[in-house]
Amino acid sequence: MNGTITGISGPTVSADLVGVRLYEQVQVGHAGLIGEVVRLEPQRAVIQVYEETRGLAVGEPVTATGEALMVRLGPGLLGGMFDGLQRPLPALVARDGPFLQAGGGLFPLDLTRRWHLTPCLAPGAAVAPGQILGTVAEGPIQHQILAAAAGTIKALDGGDFTVEAPIGRLADGTLLHLWQPWPARRPRPCRRRLPVTAPLITGQRCIDLLFPLVKGGTAIFPGGFGTGKTVLEQAIAKFADVDVVVYVGCGERGNEMADLLDEFMALRDPWRGGALLERTIVIANTSNMPVAAREASIYTAVTLAEYYRDMGLQVLLLADSISRWAEALREISSSLEEMPGEEGYPTYLGSRLAAYFERAGVVETCGGGRGSLSMLLSVSPPGGDLTEPVTQACLRAAGAFFMLDAGLAHRRHFPAINWQQSYSLYAQEAVGFFSDRAADWGGLRQRCRELLRQEEALREIAEIVGPEGLQEPDRLLLASVGRIRDEFLSQNAYSDEAFSPPEATAACLRGILADHDRGVAGLAGEAAGATTGGGP
Amino acid sequence: MKLMEASYATLRAVRAPLLLLEEIAGARIGEAVRVVAPDGSEQAGEVLRIDSGTVLVQLFGETAGLDLPTTRVIFSDRVRRAPLAPGCVGRIFDGSFRPLDGLPPYLPERWAPVSGRPLNPTARARPEEFIETGYSAIDGLNTLVKGQKLPLFTCAGLPAREVVAGILSQAQLAGGGAFVVVFVALGLTHQEANFYRRVLDNMAGGFVAFLNLADQAVVERLLAPRFGLTVAEYLAFERGLDVLVLVTDMVNYCDALREVAAAREELPGRRGYPGYLYSDLASLYERAGRIRGRPGSVTLLPVVTMPEDDITHPIPDLTGYITEGQLVLSRDLHQRGIFPPLDVLPSLSRLMQHGIGAGRTRADHRAIANGLYRCYARGRELRRLEAIVGRDGMLAGDRRLLDFADRFEAAFIAQSERRSVAATLDAGAALLREFGEEGK
Ligand SMILES: Nc1ncnc2c1ncn2[C@@H]1O[C@H](COP(=O)(O)OP(=O)(O)O)[C@@H](O)[C@H]1O
Ligand SMILES: [Mg+2]
Repeated sequence: MNGTITGISGPTVSADLVGVRLYEQVQVGHAGLIGEVVRLEPQRAVIQVYEETRGLAVGEPVTATGEALMVRLGPGLLGGMFDGLQRPLPALVARDGPFLQAGGGLFPLDLTRRWHLTPCLAPGAAVAPGQILGTVAEGPIQHQILAAAAGTIKALDGGDFTVEAPIGRLADGTLLHLWQPWPARRPRPCRRRLPVTAPLITGQRCIDLLFPLVKGGTAIFPGGFGTGKTVLEQAIAKFADVDVVVYVGCGERGNEMADLLDEFMALRDPWRGGALLERTIVIANTSNMPVAAREASIYTAVTLAEYYRDMGLQVLLLADSISRWAEALREISSSLEEMPGEEGYPTYLGSRLAAYFERAGVVETCGGGRGSLSMLLSVSPPGGDLTEPVTQACLRAAGAFFMLDAGLAHRRHFPAINWQQSYSLYAQEAVGFFSDRAADWGGLRQRCRELLRQEEALREIAEIVGPEGLQEPDRLLLASVGRIRDEFLSQNAYSDEAFSPPEATAACLRGILADHDRGVAGLAGEAAGATTGGGP
Repeated sequence: MKLMEASYATLRAVRAPLLLLEEIAGARIGEAVRVVAPDGSEQAGEVLRIDSGTVLVQLFGETAGLDLPTTRVIFSDRVRRAPLAPGCVGRIFDGSFRPLDGLPPYLPERWAPVSGRPLNPTARARPEEFIETGYSAIDGLNTLVKGQKLPLFTCAGLPAREVVAGILSQAQLAGGGAFVVVFVALGLTHQEANFYRRVLDNMAGGFVAFLNLADQAVVERLLAPRFGLTVAEYLAFERGLDVLVLVTDMVNYCDALREVAAAREELPGRRGYPGYLYSDLASLYERAGRIRGRPGSVTLLPVVTMPEDDITHPIPDLTGYITEGQLVLSRDLHQRGIFPPLDVLPSLSRLMQHGIGAGRTRADHRAIANGLYRCYARGRELRRLEAIVGRDGMLAGDRRLLDFADRFEAAFIAQSERRSVAATLDAGAALLREFGEEGK
């Protein structure tokens, strides 16, 4: 189907294109920009263009492609870095130089690399979508090649293949490949959803002990600029005990992405030993890259994450920041002249977010395995004000909430997680899981929370009477909680303690509590001594 | 693609700063146009929206004097571009790239679109080369590095321009060499502009200036920073120079953006600024950086005067969300006579970690910075307590921290002459020693 451009406003283009379907992908202009049909009107299609439209003229051609916006799934994604439309960024540097060009897409997977396939099914076997055809070794993991369609296997060969070469075919003639496409906005199916059964160890003492997470869970952490969202996301991306990490830099800084690449290249996976980058996929759609691709980036990312989940792996998706996604949604919505809801966000902001969070969870995969997808999303509320619509919509859907506190950050207490306001709805299950690593986990947690609570009350008093006016036991308590804050809750991401395994976390707190108990016993002894000494 | 200028006299409506034209063929989005008024004067404009033959144009200059029947609009068939050549150094232009220094335009080597193209994140090199500004509050605690974007947040009435002038005239690059300064003035008074010109004239590495003054076209302020950044990218990445871009004041840029959005009857966001302010600011700020395997760098220093001294106002807020930290001036320090009145608590340099330490500044830099920061932050917190309970109600240790905060402001932040980073670190270490806070 062909047509021509009749109107342009920012990233929104109208064309006299008839016979196309909603959400069909189109190529726009002489440069072949990627777009998606977002509205159909008589004799007119409204197209959301995912690339810079500057310089585009009315009268230029528009061509429908017949398919939806697709994510390409196959071996070779791990260690890769892509933009929001899954274009391979390093390959673009090689082709176009350091600056990004509009138009001229590139296939995301390396077409020259050969993979050794070990089939698990023989000719004659019936397959259903999602069933395992065979495996290839992709860095540290066994990459399962999953059937894209149902049928009976006619041929399936082992050996070395590029992603494009057919590896076999079905009885109906359908060719089988190492890769398959999947529409980014449609969740990948599973057999059923399962309850959570394992902790997500982040290596952050404050989170693991006070607000623990589980595999398959979701968490958000809102905070103003400079409160440590990015550092925390990246620390968890480095240290979490998962098989695969998908990291989305959604509308944030370019230098942060360069920094992340450098660091991940140099570091090792603390759980499985390989290079950290080999378990990581990075999606980078920085703030200066096209806004519509930013909106798509989180869907590209979650589809990649689900694909690895479907191999029975534990996958963690981190997005920094979901607010930038919401703002992209708002920009698009306003250029489509939709009726705005709160603060100009479209009225479907909440439902889109809720549906997105639903893509997390523990599942029985179509191949019969058990995989999980966990999500950690940072939120950037304007002016640090948490009553704004994006934070509120996230709060309704997320299972854990870490409030990053500007006051703590100004004191350089990092991670600046406010321990009074934050919560994790997974705490009960997770504490049970962590007890396998340290038997007194639950007790330690209880005491830590209690001391923090008492200190809060005491500090209010101290603000009035001054520390000189406090009793000895109270001063001891302030000192001990001071240590909990400085030595336990704070954790410098740029030091050796950046990663704290649960055993070390428990030992650290145990030490502080033991000192505190000795202090209390000492004071009690003095008091008892004073009473005895002062007696007749 | 053929490039063809086309002239139209089909102006249907003028609503400053927007023009509506009809019966236009083949317009491009973002296309540069020239608007010729009945008296023959010319203004620059740009295509904002196209709906069939109807085209909305934004005018960068003045709409006064235009009429509907005889005003002509000339479509250039391409987006706005800047002329590039080494000859730009030493020149002064207005916000539309017209020479203000009486010299003829230079011969361009080539032309480049002013909106630039995003740098591929994988092509970026990590900014990590120390810049010595000579101010202890910056070098010691909020270190600036080449390729960083670090705004200065100030309040009305604070000596921001003196601080900026100090940075410009004192800054030294690690490994020698000098900056080329690209100076973009947005809505400055003549007096302020003259102040900066005197500073620029003394820059060893030269400068390029784009001046839009308070009494000049408002919408042109959307254009001037893009000219400046396009020139900066060229000098940095094609000529291998280290470029420092100073843009002042970003509030005037944002106000121009708001004015255009209002004229377009767009739904206003916070404080009337458009919902895309974040993306728009990012399209400027993110042009700072370095490129892997190439010499040269673009370091960006935007000045933001916080309306009502409010750091949560959308302009400083969104700026802080994009830039790699912020330097914050404090009214309180200024009133107490401390210069530079840099408040290190809300200030931050996110790229400091990579720019300091052995081989860059000094091995003990991090420990000294952490120590100073920790003690000063506690001292400042205790000042609030002191105000309630009085000094006598406080513990001896707390009283010492109060003294520390006073000494830190007087002896470390305040300075009357340039300090090398070694002198800064020595001063910091001495302070920590004096209070027995060394090595904690
Ligand atoms: N865990 C941490 N350890 C040490 N410093 C930290 C930590 N978290 C944050 N910081 C400091 O705070 C700065 C801002 O953190 P960042 O994550 O970039 O904030 P945000 O993304 O919320 O704007 C960092 O550059 C660093 O100096
Ligand atoms: Mg961040």
